Amino acid sequence: MEHIVLRHRDIPGIDKLDVYIANGGFEAYKKVVTSMKPEEVIDVVKASGLRGRGGAGFPTGVKWSFLTKNRPAYYVVCNSDESEPGTFKDREIMEKNPFQFLEGLMIAAYAARAAVAYNYMRGEFWTLARELDKKIAEVKARGFLGKNILGSGYSLELYTHLGAGAYICGEESALLESLEGKLGQPRLKPPFPADKGLYQMPTVVNNTETLTNVPMILARGAEWYKAIGTPTSAGSKVMCLSGHVNKPGNYEAPLGITFRELIYGEQYGGGIPGGKKLKGILPSGASAPILPATEAILDTPMDYESVAKAGSQLGSASVILLDETVDMAWAALKMIRFFKHESCGKCTPCREGTYWMLHVLDRINDGQAVAADVELLGNVANQMVGKCLCPLGEFSVSPVLSSLKNFRADYEAHLKDSKKPAAKPAAKPAAIPAAKQTEIAAGD
Amino acid sequence: MADLIKLKIDDVELSVPKGTLVVDAAKQIENDIPVFCYHPKLTPVGMCRMCLVEVGRVQKDRATGQLVLDENGRPKIAYSPKLETACTLPVEEGMHIRTENGKVAGARNDVVEFILTSHPLDCPVCDKGGECPLQNLTLRYGPGSSRFVFDEKQHLDKHVPLGAEDNALIFLDRERCIQCARCTRFADEVVDDHVIGFYQRGRKLEIVTFSDPGFDSKFSGNTTDICPVGALTTADFRFQARPWELTHSASICAQCPVGCNLHLNTRRSGTSGRIEIKRVMPRQNEQVNEIWICDKGRFGHHFTASPDRLTSPLIRKTATGQLEEASWDEALELVATKLKAANGAVLGLAGGRLANEDLFAFNQLVTGLGGRAVLASHMGGGDWVQKVGLGAGSNFGAMGKGTTIVVVASDLEEEAPIWWLRVKQAADRGAKLIVANARPTKLDRYAKHKVTYAYGDEVSAVNGLAAQAAQAENLVVVYGGEGMDLAASTALAQACANLLISTKHTGRPNNGLVAVWPHANTQGAWDMGVRPSGDALPEAAVLLVAASDPVGDGAALPRVGFTVVSELFRTATANAADVVLPAQAFTEREGSFTSGERRVQRFYPAVPAMGHSRADWQIFSQLGERVGQGQTRPGAAAVMTEISKAVPDYSGVTYQAMAKVEKQFPDVGGTDLYYGGTAYQNNAGLGVQYPSAADRGEPVAVAEVASVAHRVGGLVAAPITVLYDRGTTFIRSYVMHPRIPRPYIVINPADAAALGIADGETIVLSVNGKELSAAARVDGHAPAGALLAPQSLGSPALVGLTPAAAHKLEKVEA
Amino acid sequence: MLAEKYRNQIDATLAKYPADQKRSAVMPLLYIAQSEYGHITRDAMQEVADILGLEPTQVASVVGFYTLYHDHAAGKHYIQICNDLPCALRGADKFAADLCAKFGVKLGETTADGMFTIEGVMCLAACDKAPMFQLQNTEGIKYYESQTVESAAAVMEELRAKTDQ
Ligand SMILES: Cc1cc2nc3c(=O)[nH]c(=O)nc-3n(C[C@H](O)[C@H](O)[C@H](O)COP(=O)(O)O)c2cc1C
Ligand code: SF4
Ligand code: FES
Repeated sequence: MEHIVLRHRDIPGIDKLDVYIANGGFEAYKKVVTSMKPEEVIDVVKASGLRGRGGAGFPTGVKWSFLTKNRPAYYVVCNSDESEPGTFKDREIMEKNPFQFLEGLMIAAYAARAAVAYNYMRGEFWTLARELDKKIAEVKARGFLGKNILGSGYSLELYTHLGAGAYICGEESALLESLEGKLGQPRLKPPFPADKGLYQMPTVVNNTETLTNVPMILARGAEWYKAIGTPTSAGSKVMCLSGHVNKPGNYEAPLGITFRELIYGEQYGGGIPGGKKLKGILPSGASAPILPATEAILDTPMDYESVAKAGSQLGSASVILLDETVDMAWAALKMIRFFKHESCGKCTPCREGTYWMLHVLDRINDGQAVAADVELLGNVANQMVGKCLCPLGEFSVSPVLSSLKNFRADYEAHLKDSKKPAAKPAAKPAAIPAAKQTEIAAGD
Repeated sequence: MADLIKLKIDDVELSVPKGTLVVDAAKQIENDIPVFCYHPKLTPVGMCRMCLVEVGRVQKDRATGQLVLDENGRPKIAYSPKLETACTLPVEEGMHIRTENGKVAGARNDVVEFILTSHPLDCPVCDKGGECPLQNLTLRYGPGSSRFVFDEKQHLDKHVPLGAEDNALIFLDRERCIQCARCTRFADEVVDDHVIGFYQRGRKLEIVTFSDPGFDSKFSGNTTDICPVGALTTADFRFQARPWELTHSASICAQCPVGCNLHLNTRRSGTSGRIEIKRVMPRQNEQVNEIWICDKGRFGHHFTASPDRLTSPLIRKTATGQLEEASWDEALELVATKLKAANGAVLGLAGGRLANEDLFAFNQLVTGLGGRAVLASHMGGGDWVQKVGLGAGSNFGAMGKGTTIVVVASDLEEEAPIWWLRVKQAADRGAKLIVANARPTKLDRYAKHKVTYAYGDEVSAVNGLAAQAAQAENLVVVYGGEGMDLAASTALAQACANLLISTKHTGRPNNGLVAVWPHANTQGAWDMGVRPSGDALPEAAVLLVAASDPVGDGAALPRVGFTVVSELFRTATANAADVVLPAQAFTEREGSFTSGERRVQRFYPAVPAMGHSRADWQIFSQLGERVGQGQTRPGAAAVMTEISKAVPDYSGVTYQAMAKVEKQFPDVGGTDLYYGGTAYQNNAGLGVQYPSAADRGEPVAVAEVASVAHRVGGLVAAPITVLYDRGTTFIRSYVMHPRIPRPYIVINPADAAALGIADGETIVLSVNGKELSAAARVDGHAPAGALLAPQSLGSPALVGLTPAAAHKLEKVEA
Repeated sequence: MLAEKYRNQIDATLAKYPADQKRSAVMPLLYIAQSEYGHITRDAMQEVADILGLEPTQVASVVGFYTLYHDHAAGKHYIQICNDLPCALRGADKFAADLCAKFGVKLGETTADGMFTIEGVMCLAACDKAPMFQLQNTEGIKYYESQTVESAAAVMEELRAKTDQ
């Protein structure tokens, strides 16, 4: 398939402005700014069926239309926080195909009638932000940014803004708080950003990958895009493959390819190292239930609806693979450690629940637990469900509840009162020849 | 009338105004939905998740917008699968809230259990124990036992000063904090002092301050009341007593003209056996102070129990020339003899911290003898407040859009902190605030319009507001006396009154004049007929001074034959007296104060009188009896009965009327389990606001403003007020000492440069032929040509603008 | 003083946000402060607060919340190894342990010469190139991917040689 988002894989040097322009870059933007009304742009995006790639899969055109109906947006903010474990697509996009991303952001700004757009990047993308600043300056030097762009009367400024290490800032309202110079704690909803966003003004928040799709949609039309993927999950999606797989990395594929294709396909993951059996699939980082790698699951199409039906979420399609050597109690511990570390502390169930779950998991993994502790772990997780202020807390129970449901034996193997033989030590994966990796430290 | 919304909570149907939150709606039918982070005075945040309820909404057909009906023809209700927070949820038409089913009970149980995973079980030694919302809600809704059996319960620092150890007023017990953000929201939203905040995140969140002095806010103590656990305690109260051992006595704050309602919490001391004030708490009065008090009111009570208090009468013995202890009989008889012999040449000088009853009895005594009773004050306009003062039924708490508030010649936060707070909040709600002053003050932040005049030009500044005043729907003018003497402030009061009268803003609620008086009962003194004198005090055979220290203030006493002082302490004036009579503090007796809003409010005795001290009204009554003015009055109430007959404005002011209470909203006292833990509940009275002449429909007319001589040319010193001063009473609150500045003078950078003075250097200021030295604060907040001299910081008192000279203190050779 | 030394950079930062929303510049300014002083001192918080018209407590809260700001001195270079699940599946835990052993510290500790603080951190969006670490110092933040203990140690030794003691 031709790449839509990862176009640098087809066109070398597209991270240079001249090359990008030589390959049709900024044509869509020019057309939009000089000859289309914002509503017309929104209609095209709506018709394309593009859905948000940040996790929730909300139709992008619909989101944009919320604003323009009533009043223009004041701000468009791109969510480049990319902190979900197993997600590394937005970084590649911004590094390797930066101009297409910027063009998408600029078209979104035009559609929303915003005069300022920010790209909020996780603080760790420090070096990348410097690079992007240079690229923005180049784009501006061409007259695509600034006052009265291409004589259209439209003016736009684009800025990067760095976070400083907080996963919760990927949640859009926490992101806005952070951009306002405050603690990254989520806001109550409603009001939604479209109503009261940045500085209490109407705001559109979209993911990096979502926006990077936009120039091609406007260049080639909604029908072209809609023809890719499935009827309800249109287009292609960058799938991040990590963990126990021969060729970890980003793969852009039409929505609806099966897990099996992605994991075992030669042009994708290329199978499990050492020919081991796959045990579990995390389709969306740490934030969605772990799926057992059954044949039925492997044949599930990777689109929003099918993965949900299979009991998990497609989310940002950050697929982490766990082979048969992995102890799921250990994997759950790793993930809860993450959530406990990232809980912002605003609401009680998440703040206390993640801490408590981690305690019980530690005890289990240390071999100090009894059967009642496993019960308790499930109880604590269930006790959090439906009570948190934002999705982070709600997400955090997924690894626990899904591993308890599908891999309970892994927990029981750790118990002091277990009849089963003591568990093997926690996963110590064998050396994996990774894509660009020839060697891993000896002795591993 | 706001639109009403009909809803059902469990089985009760009710109608509440649109915009009401479910939690408040439930409260109105006595259904106390448990909360931690929610507080009706703060913006809801929905953090703690304690208030989860099940919510059903009427179903509407998507296409037609029609209600979907059930088989009985009633609207079909769809219950959301997820519980929702009642504290953030506005009521909706037809909504059905369930608060009592198993799902909700389970959620409450779960949330309490979560909170307790981090909370120590140290109730037996916690200052909040007995009035703790967490304790209460745990008993009522909690799981009974925790499954969090880890010995890793957090062990965090327990006595963390919010600020430096030696200047912190508020201490944090980190273990106990449940991260509800009530304290930070109070500081951020209500008082706009961003001096406490969260540090770290997740379970490590802790309250910190990086200000100096720590938690640098004049309202910091309020956070200890609204903290739903024992995490925040005051330096003053912590470890002092258990809440349930405390007695609540209703009182009124004596520190400023706002008249905040208080409860004095007392207990018998284990060591001294005396009944002592352990803490001062706000008492709810939505018209006056809502549920807030400032730190001066909270921590300024220590003078009442000071060992320096006078405990028995003193008479100067001719043999020794010293003041020596005497009996009341001896002292009163001596004074009475002198008064009778004075032949009318009696001068009375009274201070504005006396109660109405004292001032009335004082005035009766002095004028009855043919003498003259004068108020020790340099601020005028009390008569204008009587005429066009804030209209009956006014409430700063209800002011917002449509109301214009003018504040002139006052640094409100320093002079009347709770008014500052309420004016600021009115501005937050959309009231148009106009601040007029010769220098910037903190209130400027909220002003829509700021008028800067030169000291001396107050009247023309007010006259310049005529156009804006005319546009205002409602107009409140708050005036102070900064930089003015009696003549100038009288002229200002008149100009303010003219502004109100000429634009027809009198005799209506939320319209009228408010004076920022220097003392708690200055208005009462005016009302009792004890008023300041602009002229030099006349000579007299007997001078009777009550609650005033002219000598200490550096004023020259008139030549008198015999001086009598009624006081709490041996002030400079007392030391110069022939007889000193020990007076009772307001905490030891009954009485009433009249606030700047003309609200007459009662206070009650909380502790036994110190030594042989007597109430001032009693002292003056007893003197009256001895000089043949009739029988001593039996009690303070009897004095008030006399007042209501003798003073027409007070005809409706009785002790019974002042003691009346009614239900107040928000309902934060009483039996509920969650805002409680404080002394908010007001059972002792809301006071009576006597009607102004305009309220009574009497004609009020614009009067010509007497011209006041302007002082021009050269440096002038302008007296300004600071809240934390070295006044006789406040200086006895040792906890506040780190916040009381050393004497200083604020000087404009240009003036400082001209005089060769650098910031922090000592300058010598010559005023009225006296020299004083103080540290220079070089700061553009001082207008050019004016030296700002904070009063009562240990420097000679100034009356109005005073010509001054200044130079740098030359280094003395060591 | 930051306000003088970094005037242009601060002005450029402030220009990104509406004039009445200066607070938005707190995070970029804290990065400037951190590169200047190595970590964010109390005085630096005050400086940033003064530039933005904030209370130091407001600035401190931001420092406290975000993990890339350090409120106390540690190593001159932070070696932040991702040991979150995806990296751990590809040997990050062992990589971290071996690297620590090589430098004689435990994870989270600073080397005796004060040069390096080696920490474990959460996912850095480089899961396909584990083991990896990021280097944080006064110069900013840089990624080092597909690492071995040897390659990481070589990077660190080079840094040590370049950095004044
Ligand atoms: C805890 C949490 C973390 C999130 N992290 C990210 C993120 O790193 N990147 C992102 O684009 N969206 C993230 N989201 C989703 C955003 O809130 C938001 O839905 C998204 O940015 C919208 O953009 P889209 O419609 O283009 O997907 C996160 C949501 C939650 C609850
Ligand atoms: S100190 Fe008290 S009021 Fe402040 S957050 Fe903690 S529990 Fe809430
Ligand atoms: S969430 Fe409603 S009271 Fe805390």
